[in-house]
Amino acid sequence: MGTGSELAFWLLAVLIVGSALAVVVLRDVFRAALFLVLCFFAVAGIYIILSADFLAAVQVLIYVGAIAVLIIFAIMLTREAQRGSPSNRLQIPVLIVGLLLLAVIVAVVVDTSWPAADVPPPAPTTGDIAEKLFDKNEGFVLPFEIASVLLLAAMIGAIVLVRERKEE
Amino acid sequence: MNGWDWIHWLIFVVVILGFALSMIIVFIWTERKVIGRFQLRRGPNRVGPMGVLQAFADFIKVLTKEDIVPAKADRWVHLLAPIVAFVPALLVLAVVPFRDGSILADLNIGILYVVAIGALGVVGIFMAGWGSNNKYSLISAMRTAAQVVSYEVPVVLSIVGVILITGSLSMVTIVHEQQVPFILLQPLGFLIFFLGTTAEINRSPFDLLEAESEIVAGFHIEYSGMKFALFYLGEYAHAVAASAVITTLFLSGWKGPVLPPVLWFLIKVGFVFWLFLWMRSTLPRLRVDQLMGFAWKFLLPLALFNVFLTGAEVLLWEEKMASWGNFPWPFLFLNLALAGGLIVLWSKFFRLGGGRVEV
Repeated sequence: MGTGSELAFWLLAVLIVGSALAVVVLRDVFRAALFLVLCFFAVAGIYIILSADFLAAVQVLIYVGAIAVLIIFAIMLTREAQRGSPSNRLQIPVLIVGLLLLAVIVAVVVDTSWPAADVPPPAPTTGDIAEKLFDKNEGFVLPFEIASVLLLAAMIGAIVLVRERKEE
Repeated sequence: MNGWDWIHWLIFVVVILGFALSMIIVFIWTERKVIGRFQLRRGPNRVGPMGVLQAFADFIKVLTKEDIVPAKADRWVHLLAPIVAFVPALLVLAVVPFRDGSILADLNIGILYVVAIGALGVVGIFMAGWGSNNKYSLISAMRTAAQVVSYEVPVVLSIVGVILITGSLSMVTIVHEQQVPFILLQPLGFLIFFLGTTAEINRSPFDLLEAESEIVAGFHIEYSGMKFALFYLGEYAHAVAASAVITTLFLSGWKGPVLPPVLWFLIKVGFVFWLFLWMRSTLPRLRVDQLMGFAWKFLLPLALFNVFLTGAEVLLWEEKMASWGNFPWPFLFLNLALAGGLIVLWSKFFRLGGGRVEV
């Protein structure tokens, strides 16, 4: 890893942690959502440093383009959003659960040895990803299809739930 | 990364900025002139010969206006919104080849990058809509959300057809693979991509988010001075970027006989922009429910059909390659005929002029 990418990594790391903190700490829900967008974007930057350009594009496309947009849409539909996010009596339990989760993640991160491959990263990553995912023998075609059907079912279910019923 | 790379990047950043800004000015002038002709008037004709300096006059006027921030606005969000809305359009141009080899970065995920970056612009509109603390702005932002989420789907699906034929996501490879412009081989794909993009860059007849007659000016109602100018320029920057992407994907980019490649590229970009203008001055604005119905009931099924058809054709073509020569002419005519037939058939299901479209 050259000095350039190391510098970029630390800049992005600070940006990610900072914006993620802002998402949690900020009272203004809309600003928090914007910082979430920034956080997603910075994570895409990390992927680029790791030569995973396809993953970076997908990260921006799905997290910024779809998920963040839906979150912001939901905030706009919420009437109480102007008042910020007041805390309620679940504050303490949530804190405990959060700390536990943090402890688990930190323990795993410290415990793993993080081996780095000696081979340079493959230049176009798309072909390799496709082969890993859709290979006839060792791929994940069936799980992929099942996931698609599951999402489709969820979508149709949502439509059925929301749809106005005609008078019978 | 060696020294030459930096020079390449520097030159192309300057070239792209210059290209974008000059095209924006040309487009503003063209739009006002062409719309003028469509409406049987002359358009701007006072500043400079044929009004070519009108854009500069407007620019100076707008710069000298007072910069107003509403009292209850979210200052930072209000300030950053025009920038967030403007920048993605420039970023898209980074992967558009002006001629063979003249490109800032030939990413091997080029077209995916375009789609991903294109989704960013909407965040700027959200910020403007929310940050202004104005009801009309908010309505406009909500309309944008619904519109972008809906039209993203058929747009991406229509690109899949092109990707299936070329077998590459790189913009340069896509242009190289076009023996004839893909608009002939993928007429349905072109139509869906063109209409979807028109909706995504919020041009008429899909410009619901700034519908003057209903919500005044939508998300930029509370903007003045330089910030408004940035929104205004951003709208044209998105038009430039969209025209360039359509040129690359469906009109065989820089390719063409006799004239130099860069000139061909500019001609095609101008032509696509002229199509936008033609549509704007011909069609009335859609209603919100019509807009949604059009995306989900017209564009989406056709896009899915197009993906299926193209996939089948690519498979067939691999088998028949030897006996048909080096170009799939039968598919070209089949696709053109199918596109025409399907559009006529599908439009029978629609009555956009009538009452409420059942959702």
